[in-house]
Amino acid sequence: MNPVLKLLIEGTSLTTGQMAQVAGLTEAEVNQHLEQLKKDKIFLGWRPVLDLSHEAAAASAVRAVIEVKVTPERGGGFNRFAERIARFDEVESCYLMSGGYDLLVFVKGASLQKVASFVSEKLSTIEGVLSTSTHFMLRCYKEQGFLLDGGEAQSSRLNVAP
Amino acid sequence: MSTDPKRWVAGHVAALPKSGIRDFFELVAKMKGQDVISLGVGEPDFVTPWHIREAAIFALERGKTYYTSNLGLIELRRAISTYVEEHFAVSYRPEDQIIVTVGVSEALDLACRAFCNPGDKVMFHQPCYVSYHPSISLVHAQGIAVPTYAKDNFALTAEALRAAWQPGCKMLMLNLPCNPTGGTCSKEQLEKIAAFCREKDLLVLTDEIYSELSFDGPHTSIASLPGMAERCIFLHGFSKAFAMTGWRIGYACGPAPLIDAMMKVHQYSMLCASIIAQEAALEALLRGWDSVLKMREQYHRRRDLVVRRFNEIGLTCHSPRGSFYAFPSVAKIGVTEKEFAVGLLEKEKVAVVPGTAFGENGTGHVRACFATSYEQLIVAFDRMDRFVQGLKK
Repeated sequence: MNPVLKLLIEGTSLTTGQMAQVAGLTEAEVNQHLEQLKKDKIFLGWRPVLDLSHEAAAASAVRAVIEVKVTPERGGGFNRFAERIARFDEVESCYLMSGGYDLLVFVKGASLQKVASFVSEKLSTIEGVLSTSTHFMLRCYKEQGFLLDGGEAQSSRLNVAP
Repeated sequence: MSTDPKRWVAGHVAALPKSGIRDFFELVAKMKGQDVISLGVGEPDFVTPWHIREAAIFALERGKTYYTSNLGLIELRRAISTYVEEHFAVSYRPEDQIIVTVGVSEALDLACRAFCNPGDKVMFHQPCYVSYHPSISLVHAQGIAVPTYAKDNFALTAEALRAAWQPGCKMLMLNLPCNPTGGTCSKEQLEKIAAFCREKDLLVLTDEIYSELSFDGPHTSIASLPGMAERCIFLHGFSKAFAMTGWRIGYACGPAPLIDAMMKVHQYSMLCASIIAQEAALEALLRGWDSVLKMREQYHRRRDLVVRRFNEIGLTCHSPRGSFYAFPSVAKIGVTEKEFAVGLLEKEKVAVVPGTAFGENGTGHVRACFATSYEQLIVAFDRMDRFVQGLKK
């Protein structure tokens, strides 16, 4: 497997210089790999992971998941709906699901009202949307692999041990 | 009359040399708060996988707080039996051929106490884990060090074994892959060692604690070779592969009369291993293999990084085939291992352990543990590079 892609899949927090050392490549080669992965639309980009419960990071802190039921279209299935919904700025992620509803949409907004108006005015009014069920997130315990509270204690490994 | 409390210390204990690791530990401890990067540790940087910790918590919640059988929980012994058979191709009966111990260290001590008479000779390859020789001395036996060399990738050879052998040798201790060298033996090399052990009627203690951390092909246990299971005590534990050092849980497998002899010592000294650690170990064996593979992959990649960097900065380093230790030579840059370790610590705040802490055959080498994050390793090697270039001027 492409060694740079392998590090990305593991969720690396290394800089490109560090990735180069780990993978035994030059930094220029790592950048080439990243460019190629971008061209191949495998690597889409970097994003920071924040604890939004902190006041300093609280802008756009209201988040919700919305279960959406739609009537699939002849010829287009669910794809056209999903692509239309995914284009809204408020939507962070959008998945086609098996089970009791069709699309699961992750939404972020500056306030409860903003998210509510997105659902009532933009999402549920799309033709073919049968129903929406909105769940506001109350508290986050783990964000994309990072534990928010009560993570591992500071390492107390001995500095020198047999 | 003397009032020195030391007058009560037994002679053979007073005669034991202080561990070289301890000296260095104290030196590093003095530098607390100074951004020291330690490559001097002997344990994983991973925390025990959560499902194992959760199983231990659940065991406590169910009130599992009592003694277990001296040999350990039968469910755990059954799981050990299956695991050892699947991974090492040796069969042991859970009922009477397996004993659960407080880490491999206790198993090693039990074996020395159960099998050595005063004056018996015990062979061990060196450089080796710090407690091997003292464990032998503590039972009034005599340790015979068999050297291993960088030119052989620190594999033990039957030739070196034969050269070191003396009349009165009863036992051979093996630790493959080895702490501190990462050296191990191929199947062919083990076959020659096994033939020598049969010829000289040696009992073999084989400490397999790093076996899961083998990077270049499958690991072979000497106990799996023809005619060896009946003269081997197979020692293993959970500390390294499952990142469970602080749980202190290990086991020994072997012929029933030998395990029974070890159990006699165990029942009067330890009684049993902690039930919480045993419950956690059971979970590790039943559902922990995915975590082992993930950690091994990380160690493998770090091994490649560390060996490459050592050689780039001019310290000759063989590629350790297992464990999480590199054992480079500092001889080429004209300093002793102790001068190198102390200088590197004082000037660049990186701790490595002088090779002589693991016996005189570690002269000219240092041990660097790569169970540390990539970020830390990269900074440590940048500092080490600067230190070595400074020495060369």
